[in-house]
Amino acid sequence: MYADLITFFTTNWLGMAIVMLAQCLAVTVPLLVAVAYMTYVDRKVWASIQLRRGPNVVGPFGLLQPFADGLKLVLKETIVPSSANGILFIIAPMIAFMTALVAWAVVPFDDGWVIADINVGILYLFAISSLGVYGIIIAGWASNSKYAFLGALRSAAQMVSYEVSIGFVLITVLLCVGSLNLSHVVLAQSGWFWNWFWLPLLPMFVIFFISALAETNRTPFDLPMSEAELVAGFHTEYSAMTFGLFFLGEYANMILLSALGAVLFLGGWHSPIPYAPFTLVPGVVWFALKIAFLLFIFSWTKGTLPRYRYDQLMRLGWKVFLPVSLGWVVLTAAVLTFGGWLPKP
Amino acid sequence: MASLDRTARAFLLSELLAGFALTLKYMFKPKVTVNYPYEKGPLSSRFRGEHALRRYPNGEERCIACKLCEAICPAQAITIEAEPRDDGSRRTTRYDIDMTKCIYCGFCQEACPVDAIVEGPNFEFSTETREELMYDKNKLLANGDRWETLIAANLHSEAAYR
Repeated sequence: MYADLITFFTTNWLGMAIVMLAQCLAVTVPLLVAVAYMTYVDRKVWASIQLRRGPNVVGPFGLLQPFADGLKLVLKETIVPSSANGILFIIAPMIAFMTALVAWAVVPFDDGWVIADINVGILYLFAISSLGVYGIIIAGWASNSKYAFLGALRSAAQMVSYEVSIGFVLITVLLCVGSLNLSHVVLAQSGWFWNWFWLPLLPMFVIFFISALAETNRTPFDLPMSEAELVAGFHTEYSAMTFGLFFLGEYANMILLSALGAVLFLGGWHSPIPYAPFTLVPGVVWFALKIAFLLFIFSWTKGTLPRYRYDQLMRLGWKVFLPVSLGWVVLTAAVLTFGGWLPKP
Repeated sequence: MASLDRTARAFLLSELLAGFALTLKYMFKPKVTVNYPYEKGPLSSRFRGEHALRRYPNGEERCIACKLCEAICPAQAITIEAEPRDDGSRRTTRYDIDMTKCIYCGFCQEACPVDAIVEGPNFEFSTETREELMYDKNKLLANGDRWETLIAANLHSEAAYR
């Protein structure tokens, strides 16, 4: 009986499809809950910084606020502007949301806990995060509104610019690991927390984090949504659940980049101290804690920094981050080669 | 040298980190928010809130229909009609305030010679319909009965300045 079940789930196409679906749900459902609570944590952190209380009315400590907000978005009417391109207008938020979700397929939550253990995990992530720009560009174009269009242009230019420096950051990490598989990246960082890549590659970690801010359109790089100039940027014309999908996608992207930061620089599922009480905690918990830590810095940044001007943003991306990260790639490669520390394939 | 110093500072993110330290410090300071529906801020005894028509302690209404309030009201929110009552005293038959017109300037209570119309301490009288904001005499007298203790205390503490 038991053996039959195993053969059913490992060989039969239906069984395998069921397992695959279960895996997807096991990732997306906690992710969506995390997205909901990220909005709550964001608001609480900003409120604390501004000496306010933040949401505290719906449920104990306002903990049900994200669901109240979500319900509101679902129940409202989706308005499609008469001058908009209807089909693209609806498809755009779906693309933005979907790309934020599918990227999670290659993220390792624990040793072996990964939906698709592919050997080009980093490339896959990079490709998917580039696709996310399409959702925004299509949204801006299909809205047929000047604010949405300008917001989309800014957003696209910004994401493309900062993807370059993120690319170089990824290259330094994979030079040190010798593999594009994210699980191998984590395995290469075993041991004490100072063995994780954040310390040996500290400048790259900082560049990665700042580029992640730009990539997800968060302050100080939230120019696509700068209210004073562009109303709400590319999602000016969106309402109800179409807006909700953009919002969810944006937060899912933020969590994704935090997860990527945790995998690349903070040792993924490893405990900070490789001894008894710490190693007994499941790796997923450490991984979640590291993501939560990075997300907290995301909120903290939004509460602290003012918005960049657009030319400053471009200057930072192309004239500072690009040369610095490129230089660091060369430096890391040189050190690894001449120090004899190149990872053996 | 100065430019070197500036570049070093820029790359070490020292100013950014100082800003982050400041916001982190503020995160743990006590909140200044008054948690409104559960906590309320202090109100001055001169606070001009919802209107009320007061009565004398024996239950007789104070308003003598002199229409000074109606005359002074800059928003013309007050409408008064008056007739002699059966006992010969002059009283209002109609005293309406359109609360959507009222600007809460307090001229009516200053004009009133008998302290009949006053603006009480109540500011939580929002309604779901516009019609509910057209106050009539009954509503205003009911307000007076409801808030009399507070209104009397406020008038007493302000008496020295009037």
